[in-house]
Amino acid sequence: MQSLSLLTWGTSGWLDELTFAAGLTFLIALAGFALGALFGALAATAKLSRSRFARGAADVYTTVLRGIPDLLVIYLFYFGGSAALSSIAGLFGYTGFVGMPAFVTAALAIGIVNGAYQAEVLRGAYLAIPKGELEAAKACGMSDWIRLRRIIVPQVLRFALPGLGNVWQLVLKESALVAVIGLTVHLPAIDVFQLFTLPEVRFNDLLRQAHVAAGSTRLPFIFYLTAGAFYLLLTTLSYAFFQRAEKRALVGLRRA
Amino acid sequence: MRFVKLALAAATAVGLALTASAAMAQQRKVKIATEGAYAPWNFVNSAGKLEGFEIDLAADLCKRANLDCEIVAQDWDGIIPSLTAKKYDAIMAGMNITDKRLEVISFTQAYASGPHGMMAAKGAKFASAMPTGRFNLTTGKAEADKAIEQIKAAVKGKIVGVQVSTTNANFVNEYLKGSVAEVREYKTTEQHDLDLAAGRVDFVFAAHSAFAATIASPIGKDMEIVGPALNGGILGRGVAVGLRKDDNDLREAFDKAIAAAKADGTIKALTQKWFKIDMTPLS
Amino acid sequence: MDVAFLRETFLRLLPGVPLTLQLAFLSVSIGLFFALLLGFAMRARFAPLAWLAHGYVFVFRGTPLLVQVFLIYYGLGQFRPFLQELDLWWFFRSPWYCVLLALAMNTAAYGAEIVRGGLQSVPAPQVEAARAFGMSGFTLYRRIIGPLALRQALPAYGNELILMVKATALASTVTLMEITGIAHKLISETFRAVEIFLVAGSIYLFLNFLLTRLIAWGERKIAPDLALDKPELKTALVH
Repeated sequence: MQSLSLLTWGTSGWLDELTFAAGLTFLIALAGFALGALFGALAATAKLSRSRFARGAADVYTTVLRGIPDLLVIYLFYFGGSAALSSIAGLFGYTGFVGMPAFVTAALAIGIVNGAYQAEVLRGAYLAIPKGELEAAKACGMSDWIRLRRIIVPQVLRFALPGLGNVWQLVLKESALVAVIGLTVHLPAIDVFQLFTLPEVRFNDLLRQAHVAAGSTRLPFIFYLTAGAFYLLLTTLSYAFFQRAEKRALVGLRRA
Repeated sequence: MRFVKLALAAATAVGLALTASAAMAQQRKVKIATEGAYAPWNFVNSAGKLEGFEIDLAADLCKRANLDCEIVAQDWDGIIPSLTAKKYDAIMAGMNITDKRLEVISFTQAYASGPHGMMAAKGAKFASAMPTGRFNLTTGKAEADKAIEQIKAAVKGKIVGVQVSTTNANFVNEYLKGSVAEVREYKTTEQHDLDLAAGRVDFVFAAHSAFAATIASPIGKDMEIVGPALNGGILGRGVAVGLRKDDNDLREAFDKAIAAAKADGTIKALTQKWFKIDMTPLS
Repeated sequence: MDVAFLRETFLRLLPGVPLTLQLAFLSVSIGLFFALLLGFAMRARFAPLAWLAHGYVFVFRGTPLLVQVFLIYYGLGQFRPFLQELDLWWFFRSPWYCVLLALAMNTAAYGAEIVRGGLQSVPAPQVEAARAFGMSGFTLYRRIIGPLALRQALPAYGNELILMVKATALASTVTLMEITGIAHKLISETFRAVEIFLVAGSIYLFLNFLLTRLIAWGERKIAPDLALDKPELKTALVH
C-alpha cells in the first residue's frame, strides 16, 4: 500500500507530474497529427496528380516512412535535426545557431511518419467520391476552387473520418516513443502585466515522466502501469469522440 | 600639471567604472546542460526540480565567474551534439575528459575525480576472487594490468551491465568483453541498477559515486561495491565542464572559478555533502 | 557522401538483422495462434469469455507497445522473489523473452480484431446454405468459413506483419542490439545521424519489400480475383 501513496497529488507524490505529462503527450500527438494532416494532404494530392514526378515522389515518401521503424525517424530528427537546420540557415547566410526546440523535433518526427498514413487514408477517401458527382459539378460550371470547397473536401472528410480516427489512435500511441529522446518542455517564469508571476514549469512527456519516477523510487511497476492507464484513457476518450463525429458526418447520408 | 594628473586619474576612474558597470550589466548568459538522471551528480526530484552535486557546483562557479546561468536537462545520448549545435553552452553532467570527446569538444580542468568500479548483489561469490584497493591505469599501469587480469578471471561467464557510450562502457568493451558472457548496454545507470536488483545482470560497472546513491536508496539495500577502485587511462582524466572548442572565454572563466573552488575547499565540501567522500581532483 | 563510412555502417548493422528477423518471425507465429483463439473467443456465445477477449484486445490496442515492453521488462523485474517462487524467473530474467512476450501479446490483440473482422465478413446465406447441405463443425470451417474469412483478412494481416517488423525496433530499449539498437549506438558514437539512418532505413525497407512480395504472392494464391489491384482497400486498414 506504500506504493499507492506515490500516486498522490503534491510534492511527495507523482500524480500531478504524471497528469501534466499526459497533457504534454496529448499536445505532442495533436501537433504531430496536425503536421501529419498537412504532409498527408500534400502527398495525397501529389499521388492523385497527373505529374509522374509528383506521383513518384509521394510514393517514395509513403513507402519509406511506412516501411521503417518510427524510432529510427525519431533518432534522425533528434540527432540530426538542429545540425541540419543550422546548415540550411547557413546556406541563406545566417551564421548563428538555429535551435530546434524539443517539442518541435518530436512533433515533426511524428508528423512526418503520420503524414504517410494520412496520405493513404485521404487518397482512398477521394477515390470513394462517386465520379458522377465531380462530373455533375463540372457540368454545372463550378470552378476548380468551388468544386474543391463544396464537393471534394466535405466528402473526403466524411469518407476519411474512420481512417483518420485510426491514424489518430496511431499517433497517440506513437507519442510514447518520444520518451526515448526525453522530451522536456521548459517554460521560464512569466510576468503577466506585472500583476502576478506564473512560476517556471518543466514538463516531461508521459512515459518519460514514468521513467523518471521509476528511477527515482525504484518502483517501476506502479509507474508504468499508471502511464498505461493514462494512455488507455486518452485512446478511449478519442475513440468515443470519433464515434460521435462519424455519426454526425453520416447524418443525411442514405445507407445502402 | 597637477590638473592634468587629476584629470587623467578621474578619466581612468570613470573608464574603469564604466567597464565594470558594463560588465555587470552585460553578465554573459550561459546555458548549462546536465543529464538529470545520474544521482547524486544530477537528478530530478519529485517536485520536478534538478538537484545534485553539479547543480550546487554550477551555482557556485557561475557566481565566481559572474555568469548568468541557466541549467537545462538533456538526455545523455544527445548531450555532445547538442552542445556543438549551440543548444546550450556548457555541459556539467558527470562527463569525464577522454581523448575521443576531445576530438569534438574541449574541457576545463577537472572539477571532480572519483574512482570507477563494480557493484553486485551482497555476498556474490565471484566477487571474493577479485583484488581490492586502488589502481591507476595511467600512473600505475603495471599493477593495474595485473588487477585487471584477476578481474577478468573472476567475472568469467557473468553478465555485466553498463551505460551506453560512457568511459565505463569503453572500459568494459576494452578489457572485459572477452571474459564475461554478455555485455548489456543501458541508456541510464538507473536502468542497469533496476536490472541488477532484479538479478538480470550479475554486476554493473560505473563510477563509485553513482553506486553510493543506489546503495542509499531502497533498491540498494542488498547491493555492495565489489573489487578494486579504478581510474585513469581509458576511464578518463576526471570530470570537467565540457565546452565548444572555440569558446575560449568561457573556458578561461570556468577554469579560474574551478581553481578557486578547489583552493578554498568548496569542492571538497560539496563532494562530501553529495558523495560522502572527498573527490577533489589532485592536480 | 562518404561511401566508405556507409559501407562500414552497413557491415556493423548487419549482425543485427538476424535478431530483428527472429523476433519478428517468432512473435508473429505465437501471436497468430493467440489471435485465432481470441478472435473466436470474441464471437463466443458464452458472454464472459467474449467480454474477456474484448477486454484483452481493448487494453492491448489502447496502450503503446513501448509501455507494454517497459511494464513487462522493468515492471515485472520488481517482483523477482515472487516470480522465482513460481519458477518463472528464467523467463522474465531474459530481455529476449520479455520482448518476445510483449510483441506476441500485442500482435495477438491486433490479429484478433482482423480474425474477428474476417469471420464477420462471411455472408450468413453462405453458412446457411452449407448447413442445409449438412455441413457442420470442422468441415464448415474448413470448406466455407475459413477460406472466405482468410480472403478478407489477408490484406489487413499483411499490414500487421510489416508493422511487426517495425515494432521489433523497440527491443533496443531493453538492451537487445537489433538493427535500430546498433544504429543508435553508432549514432551516439559518431554523431553521423543522417548516414546511419540511410543505411539502417534501407535495410528495413529491403526486408519489408521482400515481405510485401511474399504477401502479394499469398493473396494471389488464395484470392486471385480479389488481389488484382486494390491498394486503397489494403491501406485503409491501418491500426
